[in-house]
Amino acid sequence: MHELSVTQSVLDIALTHAERAGAKRVLAIDLVIGDLASILDDSVQFYWEMIAKGTPAEGATLRFTRLPLELRCTDCGRIFSPDADSFGCPACQSSRVRVHQGEELRVESIEVE
Amino acid sequence: MPARIPIVENILSANDELAVRNRAAFDRAAVLALNLMASPGAGKTSLILRTLEALRGRVRLGVIEGDLASSIDTDRAKAAGIPAFQINTGGQCHLDAVMIQAAMRELPLGSLDLVIIENVGNLVCPIEFRIGSHLSVLIASIPEGDDKPYKYPSAYRGVQALVVNKVDLLPYVPFRMDYFREGVEALSPGLVTFPLSCRTGEGLAAWADWLVARVTENRSPAAH
Repeated sequence: MHELSVTQSVLDIALTHAERAGAKRVLAIDLVIGDLASILDDSVQFYWEMIAKGTPAEGATLRFTRLPLELRCTDCGRIFSPDADSFGCPACQSSRVRVHQGEELRVESIEVE
Repeated sequence: MPARIPIVENILSANDELAVRNRAAFDRAAVLALNLMASPGAGKTSLILRTLEALRGRVRLGVIEGDLASSIDTDRAKAAGIPAFQINTGGQCHLDAVMIQAAMRELPLGSLDLVIIENVGNLVCPIEFRIGSHLSVLIASIPEGDDKPYKYPSAYRGVQALVVNKVDLLPYVPFRMDYFREGVEALSPGLVTFPLSCRTGEGLAAWADWLVARVTENRSPAAH
């Protein structure tokens, strides 16, 4: 349920940048969210409709780009999406891996008029 | 005419900026701030009470407690003689920088060395919200199971120490320590880990010594 705080921040960012650009309305917002960020798209969408009401971003479309968790094997360099219950490298079975992708949580761009 | 404005801004940047200010305020008072996170029942309050005993006479400790409701934890801390402030989040699942800013004003920072901030018991929501602490510490406990790094990977990222509590239950609970540690190592390479039991006291000395060393570092002028 921390999506409410996240959604409020999305709205603040969108409105700040729209106002700075002298725009009247926000039409769409592009979000990039990694799976490690533990954010549910539906939940953000739900809060969005409530909190955007009455602002210049009311009715704006939220476009989500989801990035899955990816690990990089430090032994063979393979980049892979891990199984649910193991982080081992599928190529060389090494357990020496690092997070490569999945922690993203950002507003990429907005569309305004 | 529609136009696209590139932004590329972290969604929680406003909270992050406030967290930086909180941290600066802790620094001005030469107080080390520790964000303690865990699932409900892992032993956050027990660890704080044990830590208080272990640090008595060595470190002046204060506590900020985050809870959905009630002040049970704060009452226990105060009964143990620690300056404590309770944040009732009113149902919010995590602490954020604004709440900490308010709580800091209620503690006598000038006469403290260490503030432990007990986050809301939850392995998901508190992770994304910086609060201005110097250290984040996660407690995992044996009965929760050895698969937690795989099920809640984000909780194991960005922490500076891991406490594995309730090791006295290892003989009674199936827990593959190697499997657990492999998951942790992938997410936080080289993470300093303290297996301990708040019930028996086993392993607490190593944890307390580590904390004292961090507080000492923080008090030395080179840290600022």
